[in-house]
Amino acid sequence: VCFIPGGLDCSISFVSHVLGKVCVHGRQKEILSVLVPRLTDLTKSDCIWQRICWRLIECVPDRWMEGVVLGFVQRAPGADILSRLLGNLVVKNKKAQFVVTQKVLLLQYCHPTAVLQNLLGYLSLDGLRRALLIKVLQELLETWGSSSAVKHSPPEQQQYISKAILICLSHLKEPEIKSCRQELLTSMMEGVKCHLDSNLPQIRRLGMIVAESISSKINTDGPVLKFQYEEDDEARELKSLLVQTPPFCIVPSFPDDDRNEKGDAALPLVLESTKKSHTAAPAMPDEELDAELDSDDDLIPYNMSEDKELKTKAPVYIRDCIEVLTGSEDVDKWEATVKALESLVRKNPAATREVKYVELAKILLHLEEKTCIEGFAELRQRTQVAVLTTDPIPVAKYLTSQFYSLNYSLRQRMDILDVLVLAAQELSYPKSYGKTKHSGAQKPCIQLLPGSDSSKDWRRIVDERIKSKTRRFAMGQSQVELASGPNEFNSVAGYFFFPLIQHFDRPLTTFDLLGEDHFVLGRLVHTLAILMYLAVNTVAVTAMGKALLEFVWALRFHTDSYVRQGLLSCISSMLLSVPTERLLEDMTEELLETQSWLGDVVEKDPDGDCRRLALQNLLLMENLKKKLKTVPS
Amino acid sequence: MALPPPDPQFVLRGTSAAVHALHFSCGGQEPDVPVLFSGSENGFIHVWNLKTHRVDTALDGHGRKSVYCVETMGGKNRLLSQGRDQRICLWDLAEGRTSVTDAVFTENVGFCRCSLLKVAQERWLMATAAKALEEVQVLELPSKMSVCTLKPEVGAKLGMPMCLKLWQLNCGSQPLLLAGYEDGSVVLWNLSTGKALSQLACHQEPVMSLDFDSEKAKGISGSSEKVLSIWSLNEQQNLQVYKTHQLVNAGISDITIRPDKKILATAGWDHRIRIFGWKKMKPLAVLDYHTATVHCVSFSDHKNPSERLLAAGSKDHRISIWSIYTQT
Repeated sequence: VCFIPGGLDCSISFVSHVLGKVCVHGRQKEILSVLVPRLTDLTKSDCIWQRICWRLIECVPDRWMEGVVLGFVQRAPGADILSRLLGNLVVKNKKAQFVVTQKVLLLQYCHPTAVLQNLLGYLSLDGLRRALLIKVLQELLETWGSSSAVKHSPPEQQQYISKAILICLSHLKEPEIKSCRQELLTSMMEGVKCHLDSNLPQIRRLGMIVAESISSKINTDGPVLKFQYEEDDEARELKSLLVQTPPFCIVPSFPDDDRNEKGDAALPLVLESTKKSHTAAPAMPDEELDAELDSDDDLIPYNMSEDKELKTKAPVYIRDCIEVLTGSEDVDKWEATVKALESLVRKNPAATREVKYVELAKILLHLEEKTCIEGFAELRQRTQVAVLTTDPIPVAKYLTSQFYSLNYSLRQRMDILDVLVLAAQELSYPKSYGKTKHSGAQKPCIQLLPGSDSSKDWRRIVDERIKSKTRRFAMGQSQVELASGPNEFNSVAGYFFFPLIQHFDRPLTTFDLLGEDHFVLGRLVHTLAILMYLAVNTVAVTAMGKALLEFVWALRFHTDSYVRQGLLSCISSMLLSVPTERLLEDMTEELLETQSWLGDVVEKDPDGDCRRLALQNLLLMENLKKKLKTVPS
Repeated sequence: MALPPPDPQFVLRGTSAAVHALHFSCGGQEPDVPVLFSGSENGFIHVWNLKTHRVDTALDGHGRKSVYCVETMGGKNRLLSQGRDQRICLWDLAEGRTSVTDAVFTENVGFCRCSLLKVAQERWLMATAAKALEEVQVLELPSKMSVCTLKPEVGAKLGMPMCLKLWQLNCGSQPLLLAGYEDGSVVLWNLSTGKALSQLACHQEPVMSLDFDSEKAKGISGSSEKVLSIWSLNEQQNLQVYKTHQLVNAGISDITIRPDKKILATAGWDHRIRIFGWKKMKPLAVLDYHTATVHCVSFSDHKNPSERLLAAGSKDHRISIWSIYTQT
């Protein structure tokens, strides 16, 4: 496209129309990829070209304005260039203002960070436009701070808004901050509260980062807010937005959901080189020593193989261990006992006749760290699992009853759930306990697979999904053919499962699952899903399935997305574990109702994971029906 | 196939308190009985008859405060003992007497064992920790005159002196002092000038004990960590680390080199006595008898090599006597 050089009065409204029409028809990319660089060059130093450019855009009719403005915002290589190209368009044109300040920021969230930088930088570069910047910030903060937005909007949108807030903050100048200090403070306080309330760690972290940034901006001297959270690439990227660097193209990157990636690799043990060897070689190289005449040769060393590290001996009987753990003041002995207890319990399964394992379980549940032992929590949990698997029925009865008792901390209740799950896993996979392979938990990559031969993949994907919820611990070899033996989980599955479901709707003074403690409810639901999954091939599985379905039905409209994800996992487990015939014969109506509910979730649920899980479930149900059809009845 | 380590030749029981100090006096001619002096935590010094394995005499001179050093001054009739009552006592034990002839009031409340060196007939030098925190004082005995006081530089931050060793290359030459300090350094002092000749950081933890071989100009020090440090003295009187030796368990209370310089013994907090060849630090044996920390080890001064003994005193109130590597 060739422009007539200056001197002549020309009307470019025709060109504007063409531009607008082209953009609205979706050809933004083609035309603007040529136009924008050309205009950038032309407007670099030439004022007339700048005016021409502004006029060009201003004359675009309102109905096509959005496409054009958006295109420019996306294409411009930097905020200052955008400023040159658009001028004070946002101030003059109502539609442009709406697009820039409302639509792009609050109603959409698909744009990369570079676009946000352009847009907000553009707003900050001119005095007239700065007022808009402040207004934008206030609206962003309002959204950020609204508890319903935090609960219901997708995490991606929340991240987008957080980024926008951080960029705005980076552009604000001292006097402006001073003037709106009070408002910033109030919105920060409200917002941080809603964010910390959330069950998803990502949302909590976003809240923390934004709150810290706001606090550092408004309290330039004096103590600032400081939270503790995982510093990973996402956090660093967000924090880098607070500092404005000279304009260049920031490559946008949306890091993946970091749900379970923090499986810490086992710390490699640094073995001292001469620790074990009793014939410790001298530090000096051997060549020097060979040269010397060795008159020590006639001194023959004695056998020093008994020379080992000194260790406090742990008690050998479980009864003694109980004594040490409940009474003893000797911290060395206590430490040795804690470390040795798990192996003692596992080696003596017959000890259930002598010692009441319920007592052991009680001691372990209340055991607190007396000395600083590395990996105390893990040790304790493994010991509890050992106790539970050795004497499942009484200990399970005890633990599930304690879950609903007064005066336990949330941490203890969640410990109970974890222990139940790990023990159930161990009991249902008899040969594979004890192998601590750190699962480096993969992020479940769930893809929509077309076609009907997807039943195996679904199983694997759902497996991964469920197992990724079991954080951090021993993963048995699940895909390996197991040596056959009786399923130990069969006789006890009911004792693990039903007591947990029983009292969920009965609030206690310190524990209200349906109220404040929705985090524990989320964990409970996930636990039930795993227990259901592990109960495959047990006798009680159908009864469990029915009970679980009722439970899910009662909670299906829960507002917390973590809980909903758990409920959907429950459905998956149930569909996988309960034999198909039982499902279709005994639970036909409930299944139909569930199907329509799932359809609803797929379409309307704001959380991406919930939608995906619901879709999986629907596909699972389809597969089941097909399977039954292929089997001649 | 290496032999299992030997058992103690015999065990002396009867101190009824932890044993902190041991010293043999076996050089006398027949009919002199070889004896072993032991200092205990209950303030008694026991004189053990090595033929009958019984206590001949018990000396009470430190007001029931722990005795942590015993030395003889030319024969078993003159004894020097150091206790936690801040006194160093000189005893006359000839002809059955048990009297304290003299005492030095050191005003030091630490645990640093004093070091004795005979410089001339009837003249000894004794180095002990002094009243002030980092100082070492050297006295002449029996006159008790102060020879010098060794003060580290201001800001050296050495801490308390933990162990001392007076030595001279041969009779008539300059006596020098090696001192191990709380911060893990070993310092070589010149007594005539009162100045430090060399300082070496051997350990991260306090130096618990050291011993020095003046012929080879090589010394060894042990600390509360797992490392033994062997260092040497070069011609310029500078200390340098020669090598280090890793131990299985941390903590050494005492180190002593046998008078023939062939082997050395260490007393460990892990209840074990370790024997090494001195030439190359070759581990030779681990003697596992005691049931508590071994506080002190000492080699005997028998004229006949085959009669040589090693004694170890421990917190479990027993003294074990070993006959090991006596054939060389």
